Amino acid sequence: MMLATAPTLDVSGLTKRFGGLIAVKEIGFTIAPGEILGLIGPNGSGKSTVMKLIMGIERPDAGTVKLAGTDIAGWPTHRIARQGVGMVFQHSRPLPRQTVLENIKLALLPDSLFRLAAEPHVDHRAREIAERVGLGAVMHRRPPTLPFADLRRLEMAKALARNPKVVLVDEPFAGLTSGEVAVFSELIEGFRREGHAVLLVDHNVKSVAAMVDRVLAMYLGQRIAEGTAEEVMRDETVRRVYIGGKIEAHPRKELDNKGGEALLDVRGVDVFYGKARALQEVSLHVNTGEFVSVVGLNGAGKTTLFNAISGLVPFAGDIHWSGNSLNGRDPARIAREGIVQCPETRELFGDMSVRENLDLGGQHLPRAHREEQLNWLLDLFPILRERQHQQAVTLSGGEQQMLAIARALMMRPKLLILDEPTLGLAPVILEQLSNALGRLRETTPITVLLGEQNVTFALPHADRVYVLEHARVVWEGDPERFAAEMGAGYL
Amino acid sequence: MTLLRRPGPWIGLLLVLLAATAPGWLGAYYLGVLSTAYYFGVFAMSWDLLFGFAGEVNFGPTFMIGTGAYAAGLMNNAGFGIPLCIAGGAAAAVVGGLILALPALRLRGPYFGLVTLVAVLLLLDCIVIFAGVTGGEIGMMVPSILSVSAVTNYWYAFGFLAISAVILFGLSRSSLGLILQATGQDRIGAAALGFNVTKHKLAAFCISALFSGVAGAMITFYEGIASVDTVVSLALTVQIVIAVVFGGRRTIVGAIIGGIFLILFNELLRPLGQLNSLVVSGIALVVIIFFPDGALGWMFHSRDES
Repeated sequence: MMLATAPTLDVSGLTKRFGGLIAVKEIGFTIAPGEILGLIGPNGSGKSTVMKLIMGIERPDAGTVKLAGTDIAGWPTHRIARQGVGMVFQHSRPLPRQTVLENIKLALLPDSLFRLAAEPHVDHRAREIAERVGLGAVMHRRPPTLPFADLRRLEMAKALARNPKVVLVDEPFAGLTSGEVAVFSELIEGFRREGHAVLLVDHNVKSVAAMVDRVLAMYLGQRIAEGTAEEVMRDETVRRVYIGGKIEAHPRKELDNKGGEALLDVRGVDVFYGKARALQEVSLHVNTGEFVSVVGLNGAGKTTLFNAISGLVPFAGDIHWSGNSLNGRDPARIAREGIVQCPETRELFGDMSVRENLDLGGQHLPRAHREEQLNWLLDLFPILRERQHQQAVTLSGGEQQMLAIARALMMRPKLLILDEPTLGLAPVILEQLSNALGRLRETTPITVLLGEQNVTFALPHADRVYVLEHARVVWEGDPERFAAEMGAGYL
Repeated sequence: MTLLRRPGPWIGLLLVLLAATAPGWLGAYYLGVLSTAYYFGVFAMSWDLLFGFAGEVNFGPTFMIGTGAYAAGLMNNAGFGIPLCIAGGAAAAVVGGLILALPALRLRGPYFGLVTLVAVLLLLDCIVIFAGVTGGEIGMMVPSILSVSAVTNYWYAFGFLAISAVILFGLSRSSLGLILQATGQDRIGAAALGFNVTKHKLAAFCISALFSGVAGAMITFYEGIASVDTVVSLALTVQIVIAVVFGGRRTIVGAIIGGIFLILFNELLRPLGQLNSLVVSGIALVVIIFFPDGALGWMFHSRDES
């Protein structure tokens, strides 16, 4: 376009702090009418916060958000919505007792206490919108009876009904099948054709690459790259954030005990969250003493897999542990039998000291063993020895992660599950964490199952690797083969 | 025409007919019980509007009821006539409702619930401290009463219930009801659709307080006394909650059914003495555990599945 169209949305210098953490730092971008911008970044990068700041769900500390020339930064959400910003939420919570049509009508109502009956054109308009998003056949049904994709259509319909100048879409394709992805892409293209400005927020470039005109990549609250999808995918910084730097692999040859019984054996596991499919026919095994990495982008299903193993979510299929089935067993018993998960959210007791957190982990050990285990761990993570009496909440992100791992190790697990330990950590911390894992692997017979998005972090220690994509295992093999076979297609 | 094939409306019509002809075939004692039950039904409906629709876990309905009752009583003792006293009680209750709403705009879930509980305790304390004018724990006698005739009193109660039910049910089915449900279910989602959540929540508090206050004032002039037990105690709050959950929250009509059922049942089981409340509580517990959507909710559900 040679003609300079005035941007519909013009964001500049947007900044948000949560306590000491800078969640968003001087983010700026513009979206023209009919343009689609992708805002991507791994979990914790601040992309969702940017969306919330635009919608007024959070108040920015600095910066402007101009909608067709009017600065709406800091306005209450409902005024921003009336001004012309619409949002398609990832998780919909429609009114369960009203029909689909009534749910759409809701979006068409004025913000008035005294208009008790909807105007006559509302019904007509709601039907039109239902037809347009493909809900025509189910418009008189109640949301709880609808499949997941239809609930997302309903969210789309509500956004359409408001006829916003800017549409923010949170993870547009999460939980959808490839056929449904095509339908939703078409709906979003429809927004573009009608001259709406569209912001797609997602974990990675891949899922939105086909639709977006430009991509803005974020990491740790800051802009790290901007350009076309291809440019951003090729960008060095982006590749380092998602894949890490050079891929290294150190498989231990002596571990080729493939004839032995698997310690953990997952066979054909399916998990659904309501109607969204989170895992599909996933099978993997971990042998005693092995270090197995499961790599996959955010949203691929890693956490769900670990939660199924730990007994935290119901699943279909079989999970065997030392030859016994774990199906239907409660999480506490699974943990006592030696499967200890270190969740991505860390779940530390923030008000307690480092030492108290560790002591809690070792609660069930005899006193002598507890001391011994504690000393070993403080040697493994020397920084924790220094910080013993500090409150856990005052630790840096990397230290918190080490504490979370140490606390899990206090339980003397037979299998340690590490879920995305690099989440939100700066590169320099990653190295320290990586060294600690290296020592752990070299000096102890521990069995580890690691879930990671960051391939460079996950591969050096791995004996075997699984790649999870869209709820399925798409690749399995040695880390040395990964770079050659999967490296390019991963992002 | 599907409406005519459902059993619900027919059962409802039958119940209304029975209630409208009750003075013809019921004795004064049971008319009295029903009158109390009708006022209680309004308490329950008002609470359902806040909890079921606006999603506010309010443990202080009796703060609004009690404020209405005692304000009306005080005015009556000061020489004002009943209609004016009821209007004054309603106004005082609305002010009380707004005071209660302030923390609701800042606090969520259990914290708001706690604040409403404390509000009731404060009101109780005030009534006891100023026993000179309020009568304290004994209650405050009022010089005027609605009527000495059980039948007239019954008509007052029935008329009030009917008018309240029509208005509250109508509101619940109106655009306002739809928006309220949206704000109750998902504040952020509702705001993102352009609805001023604060404004709508305040409106819900005012409406709930208005009906609670009028009901509180009327029951005072029906019984001739405003007492802590009938309009303020936490036991009454618990009964209101049970009535709504029992009848089916988010239905308004369910609240009436639950309220009347609860009072009638209590009365029928009176011969059991102490066991009476145990049995009622037991039944309520069973309903809450096995039919969390209450009687009406359960009917809705079975219809959805068929």
